[in-house]
Amino acid sequence: MSDIHTSHDGASHGSYKSYITGLIISIVLTLIAFGVVMVGDFSMPVMMVTIVITAIIQVLVQLVLFMHLNFKSEGGWNVISFVFTAGILVLIIGGSLWILHNIHVNMMLG
Amino acid sequence: MFGKLSLDSIPYHEPIIMVTAAAIAIIGATVFGLITYYRKWGYLWTEWVTSIDHKKIGVMYFLVALVMLVRGFADAIMMRTQQAIAAGGAEGYLPPHHYDQIFTAHGVIMIFFVAMPMVIGLMNLVVPLQIGARDVAFPFMNNLSFWLFAAGMILVNMSLVIGEFAKTGWLAYAPLSELKYSPDVGVDYWIWALQLSGIGTTLTGINFFVTILKMRTKGMTLFRMPIFTWTALCTNVLIILSFPILTATIVLLTLDRYLGMHFFTNDMGGSQMMYVNLIWAWGHPEVYILILPAFGVFSEVIATFTKKRLFGYKTMVWATAAITVLSFIVWLHHFFTMGAGANVNAFFGIMTMIIAVPTGVKIFNWLFTMYRGRLEFTAPVLWTIGFIITFTLGGMTGVMLAVPGANFVLHNSLFVIAHFHNVIIGGVVFGMMAGFTYWFPKAFGFTLSEKWGKRSFWCWLIGFYLAFMPLYALSFFGAMRRMQSYEQTSWQPLMIVAWVGAVVIAMGIACIVIQLIVSIRDREKNRDLTGDPWDGRTLEWATSSPPPNYNFAYLPAVDSIDSYWEMKQQPGGFKRELATSFEDIHMPKNTAEGPIMSLFGLFFGFALIWHIWWLVGLGALGMFVTFMYRIFNEDTDYHVSAAEVEKTEREYHKRLEMQA
Amino acid sequence: MATDTLSNHDAHAHDGHEHHDPGAMKVFGFWIYLMSDLVIFGTLFATFGVLSQATAGGPTSQEIFELPFVLVETFLLLVSSFTFGLAVLAQNAGDRGAVLKWLAVTFLLGFGFVAMEIYEFHHLIVEGYGPDRSAFLSAFFTLVGTHGLHVSVGLLWIAIMFFQISKRGLDSVTKPRMLCLSLFWHFLDIVWICVFSFVYLFGAL
Repeated sequence: MSDIHTSHDGASHGSYKSYITGLIISIVLTLIAFGVVMVGDFSMPVMMVTIVITAIIQVLVQLVLFMHLNFKSEGGWNVISFVFTAGILVLIIGGSLWILHNIHVNMMLG
Repeated sequence: MFGKLSLDSIPYHEPIIMVTAAAIAIIGATVFGLITYYRKWGYLWTEWVTSIDHKKIGVMYFLVALVMLVRGFADAIMMRTQQAIAAGGAEGYLPPHHYDQIFTAHGVIMIFFVAMPMVIGLMNLVVPLQIGARDVAFPFMNNLSFWLFAAGMILVNMSLVIGEFAKTGWLAYAPLSELKYSPDVGVDYWIWALQLSGIGTTLTGINFFVTILKMRTKGMTLFRMPIFTWTALCTNVLIILSFPILTATIVLLTLDRYLGMHFFTNDMGGSQMMYVNLIWAWGHPEVYILILPAFGVFSEVIATFTKKRLFGYKTMVWATAAITVLSFIVWLHHFFTMGAGANVNAFFGIMTMIIAVPTGVKIFNWLFTMYRGRLEFTAPVLWTIGFIITFTLGGMTGVMLAVPGANFVLHNSLFVIAHFHNVIIGGVVFGMMAGFTYWFPKAFGFTLSEKWGKRSFWCWLIGFYLAFMPLYALSFFGAMRRMQSYEQTSWQPLMIVAWVGAVVIAMGIACIVIQLIVSIRDREKNRDLTGDPWDGRTLEWATSSPPPNYNFAYLPAVDSIDSYWEMKQQPGGFKRELATSFEDIHMPKNTAEGPIMSLFGLFFGFALIWHIWWLVGLGALGMFVTFMYRIFNEDTDYHVSAAEVEKTEREYHKRLEMQA
Repeated sequence: MATDTLSNHDAHAHDGHEHHDPGAMKVFGFWIYLMSDLVIFGTLFATFGVLSQATAGGPTSQEIFELPFVLVETFLLLVSSFTFGLAVLAQNAGDRGAVLKWLAVTFLLGFGFVAMEIYEFHHLIVEGYGPDRSAFLSAFFTLVGTHGLHVSVGLLWIAIMFFQISKRGLDSVTKPRMLCLSLFWHFLDIVWICVFSFVYLFGAL
């Protein structure tokens, strides 16, 4: 078993810089998300959109800056598998919410 | 001490179960005695139980599947018999509580413990050979997957004698499967059998996905992979992304039953419709998990026996990929009638009809491959032609069911039963039998009896039509599924025809058994020394049969889809030459950790079913400790020495020369 | 395919299969496992989404969520994700001592997270708002608890990794395992981001 080549696994070859950047961005985004709900006086849509956007960026920060997901490692299969899984999850979660919402409305379950 | 388990848990008062149990005990004791008499326990342990050789694991999967096919079929013919006699007020011979267990067990066993292991067994045997690899990506995990699956299988069969099985139908719809309506252990058997085998299946999916992506031999780009490998890849994608839904859903049901939660109960805010939604979000991809590899088998068989390259290789690949994605957006068609409304039903109805398009593409590809080819009517080809006709019919009734308006009439009727047997028998079973006949010589080094294979095919084909065409008709007269008895005596003649069909299928199964016995008896006559009995096209035929445990002394290189075939077509033909020098081959070692972990898993599941909490702890601890032992075990692989490889290869070439 | 490729040594002696780096393959396989685990969480999120209003007369999310508490939990996990990154950097530099140090720090942060979650659950159950109170609470406890269970497994894994690295150092066995563990730990942070955003923050709206 040879040494692990960091360029192969898509999980390493990070740097202090990427981790520090990731940490700072995450802290700021977390504070924004909690802030709009806890202190700010915003309308419902503004709060919801802010939470969703900060969550998506934070997930990307973890993926790119912490997990070093990129197209180079494993011939891009890491990214492809993640994007495909995320897409299927959107279908399953979105579909379930859509179906059950309609059923509840039609069956007058509130 | 033993939780809910006591001597009363054994159904002494059920003569049918007791006779079956006695028969199983006698057969079991005979097998046990024979193994002991011939001193084969050591051989079984070192060569099979602890084996991490993907070919042997594949054989074990298929063997279990064949045994369970007999069990599942016994359930089927009991149901057919019951419905053939329980008309017009007659109660038949099966009381409702027993009949309900039988139809549940039949569905669970046929899907999880027959169709799945057949598919996974073929994948194990064939995929690494087709991609020119020496093993799978994670050989230990492969062995563990098999034994976890086996533990689930054992649990299902234990329910026959100890306690009872679920009476809920194969998907255990809530709230019927909740504690309030199913307080007995039946649903718990269902839960833990499926969890154990389901985890095994997920691990297999990950294993083969990585194997196919990472271990292909030199030159085998994605678009040079054999079609069976392509369908296996797509099936593994479906396994990885859909089996976790099943696992999670069953966990939620478990929490309801064991910890009093309210996911699917009909009080305290629970939503039983969410259960139906989630179970089908897994369940629909599951049917494609089963059928895609069957499509792969037919593609290989047709190309080989027409001696032509598969027509439209690329469209076949893209059709498979399209089905893979589409199979995730059609699940609602299993519950059109639940009340999601016109918009939702229209969307899922249209999506369902769209999935018929790539499937149609495949049918035409097979037909065009045969067109102007020199088709040899061997047993695998018969299965394939039987499939094309039967599956097309089943596909059309499927499109009928996909029309929400029609579905409101047909839902829960025998039409649904006829439809899915039409595609599962006509598709999956025929495909697996074709694959079984086609690749058997690869696994064992001799071909199966063609005569008995063809007899089996005709029995299955005729038996299928006799058994299920009447059900389509009966559904239009209003016959529903899962009837223990019925009033209308006018249905009885067709029910008897269906029973005759089941008997003919029984003959088909008997033919498979006879085929095996006859072929093993005549194995010297049917010996295949070349490793290529059908004049095949793909890499699995380039090595000896059965292949050495390292598969290829030197990993082959390919530069097109049918490289092996093209090599044989070169001027002067192909001659298997012995290499001039050999080198050591790095291989994983056999290991007992997989079966031991699964044994503890079996204890764990059994104890949870019966609420024997100390045994739950012991099982969990045992699994953990065994796993730790594996993690700290450094003695996991070895090298087959060059001398050993040379000896094996020389013997193979000596056999080849003797034949020449 | 030349006639000799199946038997001839020279054609492909060392180039055919040697690119299967077993360590990298393990990490890739683990990544695929994480994808299937993601589907488990996706299923739980979908269930929570469907049942989040089904309080059955019990408490609503607004009544029981305490955001400052969740904010502290979030920071513990976030910083632990960072410190695990430092452990991986130390591994790349071949510094065993620093790997062990950052593993220990990560363990403590993760332990703090799990302890807080147990406190929160205990508090709710004592108040009578256990998972059997309503479908909403069943879904809440199961989603958050499944994440907590994963973190606990991660802690156990860190402890085993700590032991194994201190025993045998950084080699071809421990290094890929560390990379798998790092993926697992960051993955749990991703799931937590979704939990605090879609369960706690949305629930508090």
